Amino acid sequence: MLNAKIPAGPLETKWSNYKSTVKLVNPANKRKLEVIVVGTGLAGASAAASLAELGYKVKAFCFQDSARRAHSIAAQGGINAAKNYQNDGDSVFRLFYDTVKGGDYRAREGNVYRLAEVSAAIIDQCVAQGVPFAREYGGLLSNRSFGGTQVQRTFYAAGQTGQQLLLGAYSALQRQVALGNVKMYSRHEMLDIVKVDGKARGIIARDLVSGKLERHFGHAVLLCSGGYGNVFFLSTNAMGSNVTAAWKAHKRGAFFGNPCFTQIHPTCIPVSGDHQSKLTLMSESLRNDGRIWVPKKKDDNRKATDIPEEERDYYLERRYPAFGNLVPRDVASRAAKERCDEGYGVGASKMAVYLDFADAIVRYGKIEASKKGDDHAVQEEVIKLGKGVVAEKYGNLFDMYAKITGENPYETPMRIYPAVHYTMGGLWVDYELMTTVPGLYALGEANFSDHGANRLGASALMQGLADGYFVIPYTVGNYLADEIHTKPIPLDHPAFVETEKGVQEQLDKLMGIQGKHSVDHFHKALGKIMWDKCGMARNEKGLQEAIKEIQVLRAEFWRDVRIPGKQHEFNPELEKAGRVADFLELGELMCMDALQRRESCGGHFREESQTEDGEAKRDDQQFSFVGAWEYKGPSSYELHKEALNFEVVHPSSRSYK
Amino acid sequence: MKLTLQVWRQQNSQDKGRFEAYQVSDVSEDMSFLEMFDVLNERLINEGKEPIAFDHDCREGICGMCSMYINGRAHGPWEETTTCQLHMRAYNDGDTIVVEPWRAAAFPVIKDLTVDRSAFDRIMQAGGYISVNTGNAVDANAIPIDKHDADMAFAAAACIGCGACVAACKNSSAMLFTSAKVSQLALLPQGGPERKERALDMVAQMDKEGFGSCTNTGACEAECPKGISLANIARLNREFIAAGFGTED
Repeated sequence: MLNAKIPAGPLETKWSNYKSTVKLVNPANKRKLEVIVVGTGLAGASAAASLAELGYKVKAFCFQDSARRAHSIAAQGGINAAKNYQNDGDSVFRLFYDTVKGGDYRAREGNVYRLAEVSAAIIDQCVAQGVPFAREYGGLLSNRSFGGTQVQRTFYAAGQTGQQLLLGAYSALQRQVALGNVKMYSRHEMLDIVKVDGKARGIIARDLVSGKLERHFGHAVLLCSGGYGNVFFLSTNAMGSNVTAAWKAHKRGAFFGNPCFTQIHPTCIPVSGDHQSKLTLMSESLRNDGRIWVPKKKDDNRKATDIPEEERDYYLERRYPAFGNLVPRDVASRAAKERCDEGYGVGASKMAVYLDFADAIVRYGKIEASKKGDDHAVQEEVIKLGKGVVAEKYGNLFDMYAKITGENPYETPMRIYPAVHYTMGGLWVDYELMTTVPGLYALGEANFSDHGANRLGASALMQGLADGYFVIPYTVGNYLADEIHTKPIPLDHPAFVETEKGVQEQLDKLMGIQGKHSVDHFHKALGKIMWDKCGMARNEKGLQEAIKEIQVLRAEFWRDVRIPGKQHEFNPELEKAGRVADFLELGELMCMDALQRRESCGGHFREESQTEDGEAKRDDQQFSFVGAWEYKGPSSYELHKEALNFEVVHPSSRSYK
Repeated sequence: MKLTLQVWRQQNSQDKGRFEAYQVSDVSEDMSFLEMFDVLNERLINEGKEPIAFDHDCREGICGMCSMYINGRAHGPWEETTTCQLHMRAYNDGDTIVVEPWRAAAFPVIKDLTVDRSAFDRIMQAGGYISVNTGNAVDANAIPIDKHDADMAFAAAACIGCGACVAACKNSSAMLFTSAKVSQLALLPQGGPERKERALDMVAQMDKEGFGSCTNTGACEAECPKGISLANIARLNREFIAAGFGTED
């Protein structure tokens, strides 16, 4: 049985007790301890900066050309925090409760409570760094609401919240680089973990410009390398987002937690053709004001604006009157799929639904007119004013939509469809964020984390920064306190030599195949299998087929992939090949995990387990556990279970009706 | 549609580089500019040729990684649009499109259309931050900030660090990039204590990296994909001069 090392005592005091009793490292010793941080998104940049501020010697790695480009930058809508600035009844407990419930009771109470507890300090820290959050006219911070909650606790910076938070953390990181406390390695990719006597002691990284392999020592290694949504090829992730760092760690002994828990985001711009390289999210915040609908008639080919009100089916408001358009993401996504599968979809592909702002424009327009004392404004004036308000709130998103689709969302409803967005699964970690390999930690989306089977909107940014700013600075010390006598391990140590040799062999092998098909060819094929059989709905037969298909595809990849160029130069195709090779292994494990979990929970919908009206049916008797997989060799994994104990929140049927 | 591409190919920083012509057909107007490059690269790989190296990542116009100089314009013809958000409906059948990397001494070419922009990181390291260690912050609402100032700070902070301003400038000046960060922090009370040093140090680093001087032509503002205003450069100049007069040595 896995031990999550959750501190004893009441929920409210677990973290404060932990902090008060955890081992400390004195400043003189911190200077002698080296920490490697892989990835510079919210989790990585905040961790690297905070640890360097404490005095540790930090080496930070990112594959992009600058730490500022990590994909956290693309998060749009906001960040949750239990500040209760709106006086609407929010509290640490409510944020904790919403998160556990939103995650469909598949997360640890202790971790989630800690997350809610530190959330307020994140906002303070970001404001102190100069993050320009949205403000009210009185000069105080503004909030909005997000799916799965009934309070306004989301802080935001227009539709660019992730960008502003990341630039805050990046700035803190650059300050530490300037001070010499962090050595930054951009355009570097981690390709393996080096273990000495069972502990993580370093990494092998490839300099992506020269193509040379490098050995780096660290007393501890932090993986902050993000999620693995790109296993589906099409997702809202950046093109470079990958699982390689986490997967190599998995193959070195770190268990992989709940790999099948993926989040399909309900509001993305639909696929336009075979050339599609990625999908673009339209922030969940749009559901505050946009109403989702499809025509009541199947195959209705009229223009959206020509369909009268009474012939529209606002299916979320119909099915979930309490939460309406603000149901959690998994619920909203499945409802859209259900309508499209039944033949009510819109647009050329019929795989889309409308997100309509016409009502919001009129509502806001009337408020604005009223502010001007003009209660009898003509309709055109009201609409003009209303568009102005909507533009201020969502202007950048509307512009982006218009550029991609060529349609004007102020005039005609947006067409949206669900897309892969986030992975709740990831490396299994204990309360201290340590994986099953001593000295190896996973933070942010890279760990299996606090979101259970479904993440609530605006909680990824919260978790990434919580892990980096406020959790790891304490927990890593508890490990490093016992490492103060460990001298830096020389880079010619057999463990470094052997590990580098393995990495070199894989690169040689990839370059040596010289087959017929590009890396993308295989990646697209894998994505199709995953989307069709391990996507929004899964069943036993499909998953079993998928496992076989992935095995066949993987064998083909290793026989027939073609990588142009040379190894010792800047070679983006070689980078992609290594990442896709890992996705081809991960995909199989995701299907295995989805197969063993014969229940529906959160984003994981097993068709065999649903209620009469098509809602997900959980099975707490059999599946109230974290599935943590141990790598045993090619296609061979052993399932370990961490039982989930709910002492405060009692799992109930998750209803948003 | 059918297009002719003239693309800059350069093996590495030492190579002299040259244009190469490619014919692409079946280009759909729904494709993004980079998806058109994906399709071309797929073909080059299948023909046993080397694909064109270019930087890209988020493809949502926010990471700042994509960086193509298209028909003489940074990020191509659309206003306030990154290369990844430019779509092929901007072009007509039969068009010829010339694609080059950012060209600036401070941005050496790594390969083909990929350049090294680490100089921007070093400008940030010179002062693009507020010195507040984790855990030192006061309550976020303890300091109310005028909404107008906060909005202006946000507008400056929207810079994605792509380098289009440098590429567009005849002097390869990095003033718009530098001024955006200096402005953001100068407009906020949190940025007050380090205001003078920040302006002086970031400008000094900018000069050291080999970026040119600003002659106020405004090309940077015209080509900026995030609409960063030239007013930020005016603010940087004020900050710089005030800081110079205000220091004791």
